[in-house]
Amino acid sequence: MSETAAIGDRQAARDAAKRHRARRGQLIAAASSVVVLGGLAALILTSPGWPSVRETFFSSSVFSKYFSGILSAFWLDVKIFVVVEVVVLIIGLVLALIRTSRAPALFPLRLLATGWVDVFRGIPVILLIYLIGFGIPALQQPGLPTDPILLGGIALAVSYSAYVAEVYRAGIASVHRGQRDAALAIGLTELQALRHVILPQAIRRVAPPLLNDFVALQKDAALVYILGVLEAFRVAQIASGETFNYTPLVAVALLYLAVTVPLARLVDRLGREREASP
Amino acid sequence: MSAPPVLDIRGVTKSFGERQVLRGVSLAVGEHDAVALIGASGSGKSTLLRCADLLEQIDDGDIFLDGEVITDPSVDPVAIRRRLGVVFQAFNLFPHLTVLDNVVLGASRAQGVARREAEERGRELLARFGLGGRERDRPDQLSGGQQQRVAIVRAIASRPRALLLDEVTSALDPELVGEVLSAVRDLKSEGVTMVIATHEMSFAREVADSIAFLHDGAIIEQGPPERILADPRQPPTQRFLRRLLDAGRI
Repeated sequence: MSETAAIGDRQAARDAAKRHRARRGQLIAAASSVVVLGGLAALILTSPGWPSVRETFFSSSVFSKYFSGILSAFWLDVKIFVVVEVVVLIIGLVLALIRTSRAPALFPLRLLATGWVDVFRGIPVILLIYLIGFGIPALQQPGLPTDPILLGGIALAVSYSAYVAEVYRAGIASVHRGQRDAALAIGLTELQALRHVILPQAIRRVAPPLLNDFVALQKDAALVYILGVLEAFRVAQIASGETFNYTPLVAVALLYLAVTVPLARLVDRLGREREASP
Repeated sequence: MSAPPVLDIRGVTKSFGERQVLRGVSLAVGEHDAVALIGASGSGKSTLLRCADLLEQIDDGDIFLDGEVITDPSVDPVAIRRRLGVVFQAFNLFPHLTVLDNVVLGASRAQGVARREAEERGRELLARFGLGGRERDRPDQLSGGQQQRVAIVRAIASRPRALLLDEVTSALDPELVGEVLSAVRDLKSEGVTMVIATHEMSFAREVADSIAFLHDGAIIEQGPPERILADPRQPPTQRFLRRLLDAGRI
């Protein structure tokens, strides 16, 4: 009897200790946050140049004057990166499938796909935008695109499809070969095995890195300004040239954060879910 | 004239690079027969079964299914695999599909059975193997024994001419071996033609009509279970069984 009482006491003591530890942890986290963030804020706010920085980067009058124009220009960025992402996901998958195929008849395609990945992954996006955006119209060949938005989109798609192809390829390679054996053993063709067994598993595994590349693409979409496209960054740049004030650029940064941060959280969540169920 | 064996393997050789795994294996399996394939790890049991299902290409020899050569380059391996069933040591269930979809995929995609009909048969088979109520679960929600029984159901769902069982209990915890063996026993009593690669000698004795001993890439001794296990004639067979006996595995 007294023994069970003692066990009950120990249980209560353990619970109390656990609660105490949790409370102490929260307090330490809160205190260190205040110290670090407060210290940073104090450092910035007490800098001798802070009043002029506040005026040049965080001017509310400039912000309200230009924000709606920047926002509507940002809508063009959104359209560009969404359309390009769809194209990238398709081309990347095709490239990956060609590269992982072993059919001798596909050898020339395999060579092309390997070349595509090597070349376009090896050139900075900004250079590809120059080369494609100014090079293709310079050919003056009727039928070739001349629209700078389209050309910029092509350059982005070409570059990102090379990255995404490698992500897919890693995913396909990560599916255990026993899965292919089992798929063939139940009488599926190679293509059916790929479609119903290998790819669903591969794509699920690489969803976080694919989203990661999508976040990178969203930011690089601004580079089409080089071709004279009036997207958000370019509009903000013009505005800050007019006012000698950088607030419009901060506004663009906020718009980018508004789309990339939720996506980053989604990537985190997918990663956690994958850890939970391997 | 009697019917040809369901599966007839003749003089099959297979090398992986320099290593010759099969050195002229011959084995015939008649209708409703169960042949137990025994032998040390690395003796070529798995490779032989993989060759029979055309998952590996043989180097030389021939394999016949119902009297028809299946190892000719002109034969479509997909059509042959649709007439055979394989159960793998590591289950190889499709982790992204439910239990029922694992069972139905082959019938609906490979055999062209209507989805509803395939599901009906799938449910019926799952229930028969003690898996009723688990249709919507994912494989990782099942125990190893349950997973292997799903794999067995998946393999027989399309009524194969012969079932190839590749050490189906080797990856299981000891307490789960029994339920899988009893599933195989049920198949035998239904007259399913089987090749059973196994390390379970008592099971081989009970279920198999004959035992074939694979040593160093060739079948060096074959006969009724009682005879092979009680009175092995080849020295390698004697040594192999002696080792198992010493380890308390017979």
